Parts: sequence; structure tokens; C-alpha cells
Amino acid sequence: MTTETQSAATPATTPAPGRPPHPLAEFWYHFRQNTGAVIGLAVIVLIALTALTAPFVAPHDPNIQYRDAILVPPVWQDGGSWRFLLGTDDIGRDMLSRLIFGARLSLLVGLIVVTLSLAVGLALGLTAGFFRGIADTLIMRAMDILLALPSLLLAVVVAAILGPGLVNAMLAVSVVVIPHYARLTRAAVLAEASKDYVVASRVAGAGRLRLMLVVVLPNCLAPLIVQATLGFSTAILDAAALGFLGLGAQPPTPEWGTMLSSSLQFLQSAPWVVTWPGVAILVTVLAFNLLGDGLRDALDPKLKR
Amino acid sequence: MLRFILTRLGLVIPTFLGITFLTFLLIRLVPGDPIEVRVGERGIAPERLAELRREMGLDQPLWQQFLDYVGNVLSGDLGTSLVTRNSVLSEFATLFPATLELAFCAMLFSVLIGLPAGVLAAVKRGSWFDHGVMGLSLTGYSMPIFWWGLLLILFFSVQLGLTPVSGRLDLLYYIEPVTGFMLIDTLLVGETDAFWSALRHLILPTIVLGTIPLAVVARMTRSAMLEVLSEDYIRTARAKGLPQRRVIGLHALRNALIPVVTVIGLQVGTLLGGAILTETIFSWPGVGKWLIESINRRDYPALQGGVLLIATAVIAVNLIVDLLYGVFNPRIRHAR
Repeated sequence: MTTETQSAATPATTPAPGRPPHPLAEFWYHFRQNTGAVIGLAVIVLIALTALTAPFVAPHDPNIQYRDAILVPPVWQDGGSWRFLLGTDDIGRDMLSRLIFGARLSLLVGLIVVTLSLAVGLALGLTAGFFRGIADTLIMRAMDILLALPSLLLAVVVAAILGPGLVNAMLAVSVVVIPHYARLTRAAVLAEASKDYVVASRVAGAGRLRLMLVVVLPNCLAPLIVQATLGFSTAILDAAALGFLGLGAQPPTPEWGTMLSSSLQFLQSAPWVVTWPGVAILVTVLAFNLLGDGLRDALDPKLKR
Repeated sequence: MLRFILTRLGLVIPTFLGITFLTFLLIRLVPGDPIEVRVGERGIAPERLAELRREMGLDQPLWQQFLDYVGNVLSGDLGTSLVTRNSVLSEFATLFPATLELAFCAMLFSVLIGLPAGVLAAVKRGSWFDHGVMGLSLTGYSMPIFWWGLLLILFFSVQLGLTPVSGRLDLLYYIEPVTGFMLIDTLLVGETDAFWSALRHLILPTIVLGTIPLAVVARMTRSAMLEVLSEDYIRTARAKGLPQRRVIGLHALRNALIPVVTVIGLQVGTLLGGAILTETIFSWPGVGKWLIESINRRDYPALQGGVLLIATAVIAVNLIVDLLYGVFNPRIRHAR
């Protein structure tokens, strides 16, 4: 391939003819092509900013009960008021403020679940991939066992054993997704370990730990980044499902799934108390899935050109 | 062929033993020992406690207890429910057909819509139809299905009054279970009205449970078709002057189906897990709702047995898919 065709393919990011673009610039170039992924990223940034500044942007305290404003409909419906944009719930709490504070919980759940499961899965996958033999067999068999259980069932069981609560729900969801990271890491390690650059650094005297963490790991990150992004959506969905089943966050915590389940009996008389938390979950999860898909396309060299 | 089957069976045994160990641990991890859990807050005399512990083998070393448990499981004894005092296996067996019926309908729904949608999206790549299918399927994949179920109830049952809100059958009818599948049982006794009632009860739960598999099947079919459509043999078929329908339906679809079938097999776990939510929303009397009730009643033997049985069902289905795969694709059968 000549330099001309290369610069024709990536005109904006090629700084000088013949020099390859910086990896980040190249990544951004491919990522930008995917409108859905950019929208997803924008929505996530917006939700994250709202969550971070919740005490300032929320019009009311999420737990204050306005006894004079019980089940007030959203502002555009008959009987709605500008005081409560999205209406109030059955004990007069502002829906919008609860949703905004709920965003904090959902993002926190996603962050903690992904960090925990990624850390454990990475450690297990690296161990299995590097040491092979008995460690590999034991770890991967254990992962197969976890994968044989439907994920929500496993999460429900773990939450039932640990007892209901947001922290336990996060632990339960983390356990469930560990096998995905472990398998991905192991596969990536196996693919990388026999390559020349790894052999070269081994010959140069790199220790096992250095080979694992400094030489091989950075080259295995692409699929893990994608999986971690998609992991956010699984974590948020599953934690909300546990909340809905009464095994996650407990009322009055403004967790979206819990909000939904605690106002079920008003489904007919005041649909907005059920609609909004669901919309919030759907939009957040959709945004992470869009972002994950976009990252996969931008990071996967096979699909790149 | 026999060797292929035996290898696959051999791989299943450690997984099954692992699941058994996991469910065995389950009841030990619950705070308090099984007898205290069973007695609850009533309290028990220490000598009676020791006697019960001996009776139940709880004074044995842990490995001995585990071997006993495996022995019991293999002979079909999964313990008794603390609440109903019935055998867990028989309770599960009565409720499982309801879950199976729902899961089967959901699977049918997702394949009947997802497969053609995926094929069409691939053939019309880049069109508004393609974008629509992809957008909808990503939305479906991101759907909190418990909320989706509530929206459907709100619209179709409450607003339009078209479908019932919960259960499997109108209270007017009583059908003696023969197969446990309501659609079949009502027809067996010739009650067509009851059959229609059962069908109307199935519609919403089927849509709710089938939404995520539908999204997965549509996406997978599309990408498998796109991959196949760029193959040389498709160009050859087109060059031979075969009509488009024949190229797509015969040459492309057949080859694209292999990954799609695998994905459908993997969705069985999702279906049985999703059944927990769907059955809870629609008061569908299956094993998912029963498991949640068992948790709420602290009926740990029922939970333990139920989890083991569901996991076994998932393992069995995956094994069958694996074997079918080998039957249909000789390259896999002779790989090792």
C-alpha cells in the first residue's frame, strides 16, 4: 500500500505523509464515524455530570415528602405544576429529584461492579493463561460452572444468601460477570504469549510478573475495554432487576429498580411513577450499549477498514 | 460419532458436579445451620437439636455430607420444602411445564420475527429498514424487561382491555393437567374456549420474555448473513444467474444459520433467568415465581433444589445443541 492511499483513507488524522497517526487520534477518527456511539457517549457524559452535581441540579431533596402534593402528575398533564416537573410519588416526593439521585446510584453500581469483576477476572485470566496446566484447568472449569447458571438466577441466589441491600446486590452482580472477563483475558493472553515481542523480552531477561503486567497485558486491553463498557449496562440492568425483586437497594433509597417496585400499585392511577424510572434505566443502558458497540468497531482491527 | 458424543458427555460431568457442590455450599452459607433455619424463631431444646443433627448427618465431616448429598441428588431426593412439606422434585415437576411452555413460546416468537428481520436487514444493508431493525434490536437488548412488562400491561390490558393481566387461564375453566402445557391440555379435553383463554394469557408474557432473545437473534442473523453474503460461493451462485430468492434462502441462509443456532441455544439460559422477572410480573405459576417466593419465605431446600434443577436443564440444553451442531456440521465432529 502506498502512502497516498493511506492518507486518502485517513485524511484528517495524518499529520505528515508516511508517518502513522497517533493511536488515539486514529481511534477517535474511527469512533467518530459511528453516530450512535457518539450519541451514547454524549448521553453518558450528561448523566454523569447530572449525577455528580445532583445536590445542585435537583430541584428538591429526594427524600422530602410534600404532604400537600401526593401523586401530582407531570407538568404537561392536567393538574401538573411547574413545582414538580415530572410529578410526585405516592408519598409526595419529587420524581425528578429522585431520578437524578438515582443516577448516582446506578453509575456507582456500574463502576463498582465493573471494577471488581474486571480486577478479579483479569487476575484469574492472567493466571490461567500464563501458568497453564492445573491452574488453568481449575480456574476455567470453575468459570464454566458459573456460566452454566443463568446470570440473573445466580445473582438472585447470591443476593438471597447475602441478604437484600445495595452493597450485596453489587457483589452478587460482580460474581456473575467474572467469567466473561476471565475468559476474554485468558484468550487474549494465549494469543499474545507466543508472539515475537514477548519471546524477545523473555530472552532479554524479563521476569514473569513483568511479562504478565507490563509486556502482555497492555496488548490484551482492547476486548476488555469493550466488555467493561458493555458490563456497565449489564450491571445497571441486573442491579435494577434485583431492586425490583426486593433483593437490591431497599426503600427509601432512590434506586431506579427499587422506585419502580415500590410504586407498582399505582401503575393504573398514576402511571408516571412507574414510567420514569424505567425510561431512566432504558436510556442509560442503551447509551452504554451504543458506546460499547462503537468502541468495538473502533478498536477491532478486523473490522477497521 | 460415538466418540464425539462420549467426549461431550465427559465434559459435562465435572460441570454438573461443580453445580452440585455450589448448591450444596449454598445452604451452608446461609447464616445459621439448616436446622436453625428450619426451626426459625421458635427455638429448640439443645438435646433435640443434637438428635436432629445426627439424624440429618450434620455431625459428619463436610466431605461425607457432600457425598451423601450427591448420592441423594442422583437418586432423585432433593429434600422437602420447609413450607409445603412436599418433595422439592415433585413441586418443581408440577411447575416446570408452565415455565417451559412460556419459554418455548418466547423462543418461537424471537426466532419467527428475529430471523426474517435479520436476513432482510442484511440483504438491504444500509437502508432505513436495516437501521430500523438495528436500532430497535439494540433498544430491545437494553430493555429492563420488568418495566417493559408493566408498560404492556398498562397499554394492552388496562387501556385496551385486550389481554388478561395475570395467570395462565380464566378462573372459569378448570383443566386437569395431563402434559402440564395449557395449550395442549385444553385441546386434549376439547375445550376450545379454554384454549383461546390460555393463548390470550400467553401473549404478553411471551413478548416480554422473548424481547431480549429477539434482539439477539436479529443482530446475530444480520451479522452472520453479512459475512456469508461476501463469500465467493455467493458470487458464484449469482453469476450462475440464480434468482435472488434462491441465493439468499438456500445458499446464504443455510450457512449463516450455524452461528445463529448456537446463539439460540445460549439464549435458553437467558430465558430461564428472565422467567424469574416475567413470571413475577404476570403471576405466571412457573418455577421462576416459585424461586422468588421460596427466597421470600426463607425456604432454602426449595431454593437449593430449584437452582440445581434449572442449572441441570441449562446444561442439558447446551449439551443437546452441542451434539446437534456435531451432527449437522461434520467439520466439528471430526475436529478432535
